[in-house]
Amino acid sequence: MADTVTGPIPEAPDAVPEFPMPRADRCPFDPPPALKELQEQGPLTKVRLWDGSEPWLVTRYAEQRALLGDPRVSADTDSPGYPTKASPEAGEGKLSFIMMDDPEHARLRRMVTAPFAIKRVEALRPAVQRIVDGLIDDLLAGPRPADLVEQFALPLPSLVICELLGVPYDDHAFFQDHTKTMVHRDATPEQRGQAGREVAAYLAGLLGKRLADPREDLLSSIAGRVTAGEIDHRQATEMALLLLIAGHETTANMIALGTHALLQHPDQLALLRETDDPALVASAVEELLRYLHITHLGRRRAVTEDIEIAGQVIKAGEGVIMVNEIANRDPDVFPDPDRLDITRDARRHVAFGFGVHQCLGQPLARMELQVVYGTLYRRIPTLASAVPPEDVRFKHDAFIYGVHELPVTW
Amino acid sequence: MKVELEADKCVASGQCVVAAMQVFDQDDDGIAILLEEQVGPGLVDDVREAVAVCPAAAIRLVEQ
Ligand code: HEM
Ligand code: SF4
Repeated sequence: MADTVTGPIPEAPDAVPEFPMPRADRCPFDPPPALKELQEQGPLTKVRLWDGSEPWLVTRYAEQRALLGDPRVSADTDSPGYPTKASPEAGEGKLSFIMMDDPEHARLRRMVTAPFAIKRVEALRPAVQRIVDGLIDDLLAGPRPADLVEQFALPLPSLVICELLGVPYDDHAFFQDHTKTMVHRDATPEQRGQAGREVAAYLAGLLGKRLADPREDLLSSIAGRVTAGEIDHRQATEMALLLLIAGHETTANMIALGTHALLQHPDQLALLRETDDPALVASAVEELLRYLHITHLGRRRAVTEDIEIAGQVIKAGEGVIMVNEIANRDPDVFPDPDRLDITRDARRHVAFGFGVHQCLGQPLARMELQVVYGTLYRRIPTLASAVPPEDVRFKHDAFIYGVHELPVTW
Repeated sequence: MKVELEADKCVASGQCVVAAMQVFDQDDDGIAILLEEQVGPGLVDDVREAVAVCPAAAIRLVEQ
């Protein structure tokens, strides 16, 4: 419809807000106030990125879900108009199907969906429980205070992905060390790149072994696709690396930032510590996913055909950013959205994104977090922060939001 | 009410199984399958939740 075509982009450069915006100092769990203001003003607005480009920012739940579910919206970083990477420092390069569109995205994704089916993930629960109990034993046997990030939150997803991919026990130490360096705050970009290359080389080598001698693990099933001629060795390695990277820092930050949030909300922590109801633990996981919105820089996409939405036309070749964190605080969907309430029904949150790229690992992430939130505070009922809250350092600039370290005592 | 599932749209998120375990399951590749096509009042709310959370718009609940 011609009369709803977008108006010209505002002339005055100051009229276009910069993205991302800073959070308020005293509200580390809340989205930036400027983002809330934009949400109040309407579902769509233009923003300016660090490189001067001006994609659309989509602030409301309904419009975000509509766009993320729309096949005219592309996740391919090479599509014209794709909003540039998060910061000048962010790495280059594509990582398997997360940056592809259907049908190739669907073809590759379906090769690795099997182990993430609900029943398969449930079968892993006892193994995850053992890992969590072992890490807590080590923590309790060690000195106080301890850094929960380093000693608990980061090792857990690393060990779980070892279990899933089929990394032999003897290589766990190598794997854990290197995956930690890949996301470590003090590592230089060179060290991170080096660790990433070593893990990739290791995975490529292990794939080679599983090609020759398959077992009952995910790497063997990926290797099977290579044998069948469906993908090549490089694509197989990228897939394994995507599964490793996508589930590592995300889960770790949900554990550490989640624990910090609970320590700051003692009534909620008490509910969790005193319950043996798995439904309440599961509900707490959904609520913390909603409330903490750790993938805070938004789902980024390019539009490949004009899309009419919310009285605007997003033109082919324009970029869109769906900031899920603000959709998870949309008062139309979540009443009193800024309150952390583990008893609320938060299941419709978009912390795992939406549309065909919605997190493949979500059943695993949920299960890991259920085991952690259901175990950690019961086994260490006196768990407490070892530093005042104002000394906790947040990852404001990082791709995934969280805390750099969380010194705890008990 | 009748439940419809378009399995070729499914991205194996597992969300429907979590929302309505008695109505949905997954095949060996994680793709959703229907256990019940007709659902009575006791399950309608669960299926509605599944429709709402399915990221691929693969599920519909049809009034008869
Ligand atoms: C709490 C932890 C996690 C959070 C918050 C999270 C969040 C997300 C989000 C928001 C996306 C969508 C990206 C987009 O649309 O551009 C995504 C995709 C993905 N996640 Fe997760 N994730 C978590 C854990 C995991 C785990 C444990 C794994 C696997 C072991 C995993 C594997 C993936 C994969 C493979 C994709 C790409 C899916 C696709 O493009 O089709 N994630 N995740
Ligand atoms: S919720 Fe939708 S995408 Fe997920 S498994 Fe069920 S049908 Fe498939």
